[in-house]
Amino acid sequence: MRVLAISGSFRRDSHNTRLLRAAALAPPPGVELELYDGLAVLPPYCEDADVDAAPPAVEDLRARIADADALLIATPEYNASIPGVLKNAIDWASRPFPDNALRGKPVAVIGASTGLFGAVWAQAELRKVLRHTGAEVLDAELPVGMADEAFTPSGELADPELGLRLRDLIEALGNVREADERVEPRNRAPALRAV
Amino acid sequence: MTTAVQPFTGTYVADPVHSSFGFAVEYSGRGRFRGTLDDVTAALTAGDDGLALEGAARVESISIQNPPQFRAHVLGPEFFDAENHPAVTFRSSAIELADDGAARLEGELTIAGVTRPVEIAGRWTEPIAAAGGGLRAGLELTTTIDRRDFGFDWQMALPNGNDALAYDVTLDVSLALLQPED
Repeated sequence: MRVLAISGSFRRDSHNTRLLRAAALAPPPGVELELYDGLAVLPPYCEDADVDAAPPAVEDLRARIADADALLIATPEYNASIPGVLKNAIDWASRPFPDNALRGKPVAVIGASTGLFGAVWAQAELRKVLRHTGAEVLDAELPVGMADEAFTPSGELADPELGLRLRDLIEALGNVREADERVEPRNRAPALRAV
Repeated sequence: MTTAVQPFTGTYVADPVHSSFGFAVEYSGRGRFRGTLDDVTAALTAGDDGLALEGAARVESISIQNPPQFRAHVLGPEFFDAENHPAVTFRSSAIELADDGAARLEGELTIAGVTRPVEIAGRWTEPIAAAGGGLRAGLELTTTIDRRDFGFDWQMALPNGNDALAYDVTLDVSLALLQPED
């Protein structure tokens, strides 16, 4: 299973990127995590630019989502919600609606914050947005609070229980995909656009 | 059956290195956040009316350093209001020590300028000769308060509707009490 990992922050020392890297250090068997790093070059969404030949960064995002079996998105929390850049990426990926790259795609949402609550409100907002696009969003959340102290020097989650929960969440993405493959072909996610 | 005892004479003061004021509160229904106020002063005095304990913990010495906005929130007006109320203080009105090591205190706890009566359970250890001379004894105190009683009303609903931060806060005070040689 190929999982595209998207961090909602492109800050150099982003805790959420670190969280995805921690996931990539010890993935469940048969899982390959690929980190998406194009968030910063996506243009602001505008319907005028949302034409058949979309901007290259947008085509790249859509293709990489289409090629992935599942998504793992780590979001920071800005003003109790998700960063604008992450919403922008989802807005682009959700087009054309409803036959977009996100439709039927298994997605797990996680998040880290330097406060106590681990971006739990942003994660809820992100699940809401993703469900609206037609993605198969796992209900589970993974709040990583006190992110300044949440990782070991070698990049693992310092709390082994959180590490296991992260692994379980990625494994659960595989179960969504298997369930999806058992569905009648006509009810499955529409063919994804090739780029 | 336990018997009340009172083996202290004179005044003992808390050794700041080995004394602490700790607090713990459940958050997100899944863990306990623990913190300390590290600068603790206290004096236990044996007088004609029995024992009396007075103590204070400096709010600015709180263990929360990072991130700065978390520290600022906790020290700000929604919680400790450190600028106007720099210390948490306690003054006992009654102390009972039992021969099995149990201690029971009543007194007034002041946090963020609000004073409330509290009952505290704990353990005490008998004065023994201290390494550098004089006597040392110990007092471990625990109580649970409702933070709203002290104006710490902050709350947010989690996405599942539950409270983000519990109202019950456990306080744990550990005092290493020293009495210098005469």
